[in-house]
Amino acid sequence: MSRLQLIPKYPREKQVMMNLNGDEAIAYAAKQSYVDVVAAYPITPQTIIVEKYSEFVANGEVHTEFVPVESEHSAMSACVGAAAAGARAFTATSSQGLALMVEILYIASGLRLPIVLAVVNRALSAPINIHNDHSDAYLMRDSGWIMLFAENVQEAYDTTIQAFKIAEHPEVQLPASVHIDGFFLSHTLENIYTLPDEAVYEFLGGPRKIPKVRVDYFDEEVDYVLNPARPLSFGSLALYDYYFEMKIPQLIAINKALDVIKQVNEEWYELTGRRYGNGLVDPYMVEDADIVLVAMGSGAGTIRSVVKKYRERGLKIGLLRVRSYRPFPHSDIRNLLRNTKLVAVMDRAIGPGQYGALYLDIASTLYHERSKPILVDYVYGLGGRDLSPDMVSAMINQLVKDLERGYIPEEERLRFLGVRG
Amino acid sequence: MVVKTIPEIPVKKGEPPYKLWMFEPGEKKEFPLVFNLRQLAEQRRPALIPGHRLCAGCAAPIVVKLASFAFRGPTVVVNATGCLEVSTTIYPYTSWAVPWIHNAFENAAATGSGIEAAIKALKKTGRLKYEHVDVVVFAGDGGTYDIGIQALSGMAERGHDVLYILYDNEAYMNTGIQRSGGTPKFAWTTTSPVGSVLPGKGEHKKPIADIMVAHRIPYVATATPAHWMDLIKKVRKGIEVNGPAFIHALSSCNRGWRHEEGISIEILRRAVDTCYFPLWEWTPETGYLLTDRSLVIARNPSLKQPIDKFLEVQGRFRHLLRPENKELLKQLQDYVDAVWEDLLKRASNAPR
Repeated sequence: MSRLQLIPKYPREKQVMMNLNGDEAIAYAAKQSYVDVVAAYPITPQTIIVEKYSEFVANGEVHTEFVPVESEHSAMSACVGAAAAGARAFTATSSQGLALMVEILYIASGLRLPIVLAVVNRALSAPINIHNDHSDAYLMRDSGWIMLFAENVQEAYDTTIQAFKIAEHPEVQLPASVHIDGFFLSHTLENIYTLPDEAVYEFLGGPRKIPKVRVDYFDEEVDYVLNPARPLSFGSLALYDYYFEMKIPQLIAINKALDVIKQVNEEWYELTGRRYGNGLVDPYMVEDADIVLVAMGSGAGTIRSVVKKYRERGLKIGLLRVRSYRPFPHSDIRNLLRNTKLVAVMDRAIGPGQYGALYLDIASTLYHERSKPILVDYVYGLGGRDLSPDMVSAMINQLVKDLERGYIPEEERLRFLGVRG
Repeated sequence: MVVKTIPEIPVKKGEPPYKLWMFEPGEKKEFPLVFNLRQLAEQRRPALIPGHRLCAGCAAPIVVKLASFAFRGPTVVVNATGCLEVSTTIYPYTSWAVPWIHNAFENAAATGSGIEAAIKALKKTGRLKYEHVDVVVFAGDGGTYDIGIQALSGMAERGHDVLYILYDNEAYMNTGIQRSGGTPKFAWTTTSPVGSVLPGKGEHKKPIADIMVAHRIPYVATATPAHWMDLIKKVRKGIEVNGPAFIHALSSCNRGWRHEEGISIEILRRAVDTCYFPLWEWTPETGYLLTDRSLVIARNPSLKQPIDKFLEVQGRFRHLLRPENKELLKQLQDYVDAVWEDLLKRASNAPR
């Protein structure tokens, strides 16, 4: 590389190594992020985040008001109230809790409140299951939230801090969720590098900054907050004459987040020496690959190790990990998959009556390409079923045959990995 | 014919006709309670300013305006979904002169909890520009008795310093007069219609204020805008206590109760006179205390009116006044009497 190796502001020796699981890492990141209000309810496998944060409060390590609400619905409602009153608000949930929250997720994004939510992904009932898949994440897909998926505990820590910066960016002002896979990350201990408190404080620019808005009644721009000095009405009724126009700025803001996520990823790199692809997608040996696997979350780690082995044997194969699920980085993915011959999308949830949700996104990205790769959807790991290296190998062997054949028949375009019978 | 002219609003050039409440940062101002009508008209402005689209005859804006005369100073209002919310903030307009937020139907209490927590956190870190900012919730009966009771109970249990004012019009009026947990027995609604078999709603009203008393929060009271001084005093007490407070205000609805627009306040007066809706307050120290007209009736029981007086002016109870429904009317009277007697036993200032 012609560019000089960047020396981060906080090289590894200035960072603190801690042995944390995913939940603890997120709680610790929130603690360092100068959060004013945490309103949360326990649900497996997220509970440790709430427990850990309660400890910080009990020991007086934070100034945060901890609101132990009576449901996830109230957790998000209290976060909306807190954020509207000018606080930096944080909460966490899983599965059924997220399902209960969904009504207010739409309100949080509609009111443009930069709340950060940690989602410890877990399967939805029925049958009731406490283990990981992405069905809860797909449920909140269209709620207007920025959705970032972490691959490991280090990334969970990094992404939580980044999420505050992305959400509170003046041109974004949208809520953001950080997704980690239940148990695979939430309960797995990992040695991670953490920044000193003051570095995080500086990175986020101190406490939350309130954006300004222009309102007819006032001559000057006013703070977008419940402010007795310049009162505003939040959450008014807008019917067919205004609703549509109010939704468009929300769309512009989430698309703007594409640039902001990249930018924050670079800033984090300069600070810590760590970055995840360009922030939106994290490709691994994709440039010259004939076959590319597309995945999100912790499964990417397993897939990467298998891909590496096949590369050593000479197969042109790569992995594209989607980090920003919403906003979806269409152009980055299109550029990366332009010369690929076969793309296998790996969905950790089913969409009954349809392909998996990630498959649909990738398909819509590739549709406008002149030469389209062969596209297939693999559904895997439902309800916490492990994704073993052998399963990935079997899948790759199958894909090699498909590539030789040159097509995949329609009835085979939705395949299941690791299901019995 | 009397020609009614609209009074001219004095507008200074370049100034909006209705001013919002604006407290400059650091301003220390505590409004005194004013009960002289002239002073009230001259010195105080309600937090709900003209131009809202609530029906003529609706008592909800009267509840809000009276309550806002009791606000101490900087106040944030939270509103549950309902008539009051949709009719006062049709975008791009708003009738609220104070910072106001509507989140959803069932979570006004949780939203209020979050705001209160934020205010505490900001105060702790020296970022709050006022000595205190009060949080007042307005919610209807649907958002309180039914879908909102979980959030309300949670708020009370956690002890947030929020005043929750229920304006109870005894049905889901915003969606078209459907029964709620606050609808009284035998009342007609669109989901408890009076048919050839069923005489309106089959169940009694949920004792919501007593449920809040059972939470043992610092202050619980009932009120009506007909007894306006009583209401203003109670709201101020609710704001001043340190912790959650709950005020149950009966609010007539001419569309749902099927009465004439001009008698909204008269009906509420009759609700108290018949002891259908007794006025009381409760604190952990004093227990139940009768107030205003209800205390007068307790001292002089001959002033207590039969329930017919309350029912006869409302179309929703019309069927009860038919001769064949005499038995139902008696049932309702017996229930009202039993609840009143029970309250007399509990109220420490009732004559023994």
